[in-house]
Amino acid sequence: MNNINTIEFDALIIGGGGSGMRASLELAKSGLKTAVVSKVFPTRSHTVSAQGGITCAIASADPNDDWRWHMYDTVKGADFIGDQDAIEYLCSEGPKAVFELEHMGLPFSRFENGRIYQRPFGGQSKDFGKGGQASRTCAAADRTGHALLHTLYQNNVKEGANFLNEWFAVDLVKNSKDEVTGVIAFSIENGEVAYLKAQATVLATGGAGRIYASTTNALINTGDGLAMALRAGYPAQDMEMWQFHPTGIYGAGSLVTEGCRGEGGYLINKDGERFMERYAPNVKDLAGRDVVARSMVLEILEGRGCGENNDYIFLKLDHLGADVLNSKLPGICELSRTFAHVDPIYEPIPVVPTCHYMMGGTPTNISGQAYTRINNEDYLIPGLFSVGEAACVSVHGANRLGGNSLLDLVVFGRATGKHIQEELKSGGGVASATKGDIDSSLERLNKLNESNSGFDTADVKKELQECMQNYFGVFRRGEFMKQGLDQLKDLKDKVDNLHLIDKSDAFNTSRVEAIELQNLFDVAEATAISAYERNESRGAHARDDYPDRDDENWLCHTMFDPKSKLVSKREVNFNPSKVEAFPPKVRTY
Amino acid sequence: MFRNKLEISLYRYNPEEDKFPYMKKYVIDKPERDIMVLDLLNLLKEEDQSISYRRSCREGVCGSDGMNINGKNGLACITPISEVIKRNKIELRPLPGLPVIRDLVVDMTEFYSQYEKIKPFLQNETTAPEQERLQSPEDRDKLDGLYECILCACCSTSCPSFWWNPDKFVGPAALLQAYRFLADSRDLKTQERLESLSDPFSVYRCHGIMNCVNVCPKGLNPNKAIGEIKSMLHKNKKDIIVSDGA
Repeated sequence: MNNINTIEFDALIIGGGGSGMRASLELAKSGLKTAVVSKVFPTRSHTVSAQGGITCAIASADPNDDWRWHMYDTVKGADFIGDQDAIEYLCSEGPKAVFELEHMGLPFSRFENGRIYQRPFGGQSKDFGKGGQASRTCAAADRTGHALLHTLYQNNVKEGANFLNEWFAVDLVKNSKDEVTGVIAFSIENGEVAYLKAQATVLATGGAGRIYASTTNALINTGDGLAMALRAGYPAQDMEMWQFHPTGIYGAGSLVTEGCRGEGGYLINKDGERFMERYAPNVKDLAGRDVVARSMVLEILEGRGCGENNDYIFLKLDHLGADVLNSKLPGICELSRTFAHVDPIYEPIPVVPTCHYMMGGTPTNISGQAYTRINNEDYLIPGLFSVGEAACVSVHGANRLGGNSLLDLVVFGRATGKHIQEELKSGGGVASATKGDIDSSLERLNKLNESNSGFDTADVKKELQECMQNYFGVFRRGEFMKQGLDQLKDLKDKVDNLHLIDKSDAFNTSRVEAIELQNLFDVAEATAISAYERNESRGAHARDDYPDRDDENWLCHTMFDPKSKLVSKREVNFNPSKVEAFPPKVRTY
Repeated sequence: MFRNKLEISLYRYNPEEDKFPYMKKYVIDKPERDIMVLDLLNLLKEEDQSISYRRSCREGVCGSDGMNINGKNGLACITPISEVIKRNKIELRPLPGLPVIRDLVVDMTEFYSQYEKIKPFLQNETTAPEQERLQSPEDRDKLDGLYECILCACCSTSCPSFWWNPDKFVGPAALLQAYRFLADSRDLKTQERLESLSDPFSVYRCHGIMNCVNVCPKGLNPNKAIGEIKSMLHKNKKDIIVSDGA
């Protein structure tokens, strides 16, 4: 097993979703030898499930719209721990990136004047919160992620990008100088293991929503890249910040876009009351996702949930009429009929807050360069990049605004691709790894392949997901989280000793699932420890033992160090270059 | 078969162990509530790790889990077992017509290469404006029913013409995309696109069997798109003759 092939590249992108393919598109045009390593055919990546749209101040719905207003909303949505240099870059570069997508062929919906259709989403305002609700989310019906991902794949085909499809990256390879020199990966189709050597390795592996029992995320969202970085000893930032989307279909977990509420839908409790009027009197159902999700849980906890067990909320859409639903929300109608057995044209959809998005990740700068922390100082990691949901740049802080993830993917995917090109063309790069370095990155795979007893992947995964769901959900409390942490300690031994019964090479998905479970565990552990440490409530992190935001002590990022398992603080960037920083203030909607 | 039991007949093939594929019978307690075929496979895999199939989004948008379910192609994740059970039995096979890698996993290379062949990307070499290219809602509407394809291959692998000539007949999935770009007001390569499809095989092997329409899990109509391409080809030919004569 240890005499493996080396395949050499200039740049390697792990993950074929929106961010990975946007980066690869940039690199495919550059002449550098690049490959996208994806465990699924790229259009099967989770970006495909994004529905409502891509938020960006392209000034279509409102010709006076301004990226600075978008920036204000994003900073506020993030509950003031988003890095303002990065948010400024996201919002000001956004229009360029969105117009490029349109030029590539993305079939955006249109207004009568032929410009891109934009709809209202939660947390959007005009004039720095003073001008009322904005309509800033560019949409292709309610299939924007699908349209975006396919457009990016199509343009990668056009530019002749190189794909290693159905290859699974296992671990990073590091040389003696602590530089990243590529990954160990295997072909899922035939089991061939190889060292994919690269001058630049980009982790674009998306989120890890599968650490929870109930999630909108695809089955493949197992945090592979982030876990690889953690195992290589690199830190993760803001891992306590997980977004629970207000409207996942009850029982199934499938996402129902915020665009439903943007188009005029609203939530009701068992009394038929539009309860968001009480929690967010100004913007009601279009408050930040964290605010809406918590309000829904409170309604349920106080006995006003719908259904036999009072354990869900209704999303009412029927008043919008069949025409609007069929033209603006056709995908939602389809999903509700399939998974909730209701037709939204006539009946409300049963929904519950469901794990949706990982705001935390591998810390990076706006060029996608990953960094580590040594003695509370940032140090760039030579050879390692991260982008998209896997990364924490950090534009979403403690709570992401709807439509900002797709923008994140294309803006930072593009920036990372451009940066790598410049760096490698100007002679940058990393030293080679030795055989010993490569062998040590093979250890985990070898151990699994040699296992002849141990624990069952499916069983351990369920235990992990239940633990996270029970102790680290929408509301958190120190004493419960302590129990969760103890349970995770027990699970660690099981996760390290999984029994791979099937050792065959051809399309062995049980091998993939075992490694994915180990990845989930590493992300879950970082989440749990970070959540336990942050003694305040901010954005998506709501503690009933610390119900208030505490700017004096916690206006900062958390940094989880996988070697010591300790959490330290890192300052938030309040230095945008074109505008004055937005100072923290009380966040109400 | 007992009424509270469910029999699943599953196509099994592992190239490292099996000389030939075979059908393996699994009997489980009938699930109490209606579940999807994908959930059923997940239950089986918990018992037998060696079963292989593709899956990702589990909500019918990624196109990973196309397979043949009781004789008809469909997506496992959005097919409720109640719709397909016949006499308490379900038979699951890989998509027909493509080489099997293992169990329900097929080699889709040929399918993807047909997709690439139609140049599935917008071609417009005029200088792009600083903002978006404008498109009227009416022109944009022409893309509905086309761009939503998820490349699951249910249609192409249900098509006898594709089984017979997978290398030369473009197949319903890729032809749907060919028309998606022909129909896009922003694409300027109509002539080139049509010329590349004008040979006797690429489009004309479609004989209107309609299996593609019958199985598409997204409710799309490749047959209609193929009809549109044929009439564009026909008109194009006439135009060329007319202009030659003039």
